[in-house]
Amino acid sequence: MNVLAIDTSNQPMSVAILKDNQLAAELTVNVKRNHSIQLMPAVDYIFNQANLTPKDLNLIAVSEGPGSYTGLRIGMTTAKTMAWALNLPVVAISSLEMLAANLSYHNGYVCPFFDARRGNVFTGLYQVQNGQMTKVKDDLNTSMESWLEQLQNIDETVHFISSTNHQFDDLIKEKLGAQANIIQHSMNLPRASMLAHLALEREPTPVHALKPQYHRMVEAEAKWLEQNQKR
Amino acid sequence: MKDKNELILAIETSCDETAAAVVQGGTKLLSNVVATQMDIHQKFGGVVPEVASRHHIEQITVVMEQALTEADVTMEDIDAVAVTEGPGLVGALLVGVNAAKALAYAHGKPVIGVHHIAGHIYANRLEQEFEFPLMSLVVSGGHTELIYMEEHGEYEIIGETRDDAAGEAYDKVAKALSLPYPGGPQIDRLAQEGKDTYNFPRSYLEEGSYDFSFSGLKTAVINKLHHLRQKGEEIDVENVATSFQESVIDVLVDKTYEAAMDYGVKQLIVAGGVSANKTLRARMDQRFADTDVELAIPPLYLCTDNAAMIGAAASVEYHRQNYASLNLNANPGLMM
Repeated sequence: MNVLAIDTSNQPMSVAILKDNQLAAELTVNVKRNHSIQLMPAVDYIFNQANLTPKDLNLIAVSEGPGSYTGLRIGMTTAKTMAWALNLPVVAISSLEMLAANLSYHNGYVCPFFDARRGNVFTGLYQVQNGQMTKVKDDLNTSMESWLEQLQNIDETVHFISSTNHQFDDLIKEKLGAQANIIQHSMNLPRASMLAHLALEREPTPVHALKPQYHRMVEAEAKWLEQNQKR
Repeated sequence: MKDKNELILAIETSCDETAAAVVQGGTKLLSNVVATQMDIHQKFGGVVPEVASRHHIEQITVVMEQALTEADVTMEDIDAVAVTEGPGLVGALLVGVNAAKALAYAHGKPVIGVHHIAGHIYANRLEQEFEFPLMSLVVSGGHTELIYMEEHGEYEIIGETRDDAAGEAYDKVAKALSLPYPGGPQIDRLAQEGKDTYNFPRSYLEEGSYDFSFSGLKTAVINKLHHLRQKGEEIDVENVATSFQESVIDVLVDKTYEAAMDYGVKQLIVAGGVSANKTLRARMDQRFADTDVELAIPPLYLCTDNAAMIGAAASVEYHRQNYASLNLNANPGLMM
């Protein structure tokens, strides 16, 4: 299978191509830039490196969120349109799961998270055993403090992995002490190749139905619902 | 030499309509699909940008597919993909721009970025050929501009609003009258029943200026309503609508007429969402009836945002081979 994978869910951008199920080319950029400008040239670059064209693809993988709303839409619009245009299956994968997959060879609990502002995070909980990763808790949008308190109930080490920043490091250490292991360096960056490998095992989404998973309602909608439920 | 009858698939997502169309040779509309979100934004009293963006991504491939199907063509037949790159809501524009680039890249076709206002002007070319030099009045919720054109693809803005767009003033006055969104058509409907009794101001700005200003008028209406409500006096909604509309239309028609005469144009094009306004259409007709200037106002379905107009404007750029590169971005404040 030749797979194109795209992640623009947060500040890092990662694109990859698998050729016959093997990684042929991958590009990950972690600078504050506009994904809308960078993404197509990056895709074009890896096609050239992999010596493939869009017509050679069999599958497209994309991160579905959570993450930056605008970032998610840039990657997903591109993946969705290419899949529709080339009549290819498209698989959407949680951007948290993609990040957790960086630790697929560590046994234990993995907690990927992204900053969701005002002390909140988008997060979830995964467990790795012998190279197999299973979801323990669905992705959610929650306060980091209460989330960490829930994680105190786990007796094992939890590996925290986040591409966004280290602003929660102190809070994690305070709440979980030695139970927490904060992943450092480049291991905490998303890699589109992980998306591609995960996608090989998953069911595709009907292309027209593909949409980001924001895990948060638009503020105007939330307010409207609140006002109209009171009545 | 480029094929005169090229086929362009065009995409427009600058505000709250997800639209795609196929246009042949810049003049012939083969399909024109518009998925409107109007009823979704109605409950918020205006367009919520994040809500609009979320709907665009859900609709985008559906409308593109429908546009190809209705035109009875495939991507193999398409010569270029065109898209509105600005101005507009950035999150909304981004969906169209990235869809256009992905589609074009997948099929090895060129991409053409189009200015939204150029699109509104070129909507007319789907109905009748341009005659240069021409003047265009573009009036919508986001724009009020007088644009002079000596040839295809050359735009000179000679006048524009210094504050609110005409359509924006309509929406705000409608809101002050507690009319449902969008307010323009509601006011136009009520104005058919009333009289100009309130004598709201008409802002012509300084002598010789082709610029517009509607915020003073909007404030005058809102203050008047406030005043009447405070005194517990009855508000004649129809008369308020007529008085407000008369003020807007007098200025629009007078300034456009002046500009058309000063520049000696052969054609006047009225474009944009507000050109659907019945009174504006009738008044323009009257004013230009005894002149040599040909008046062109597109049919209603081409006045509001659509992708066919983007395809029509893109045709000119296609023949100039004015293609965008893969790093084309949404540009919410794009200049003409």
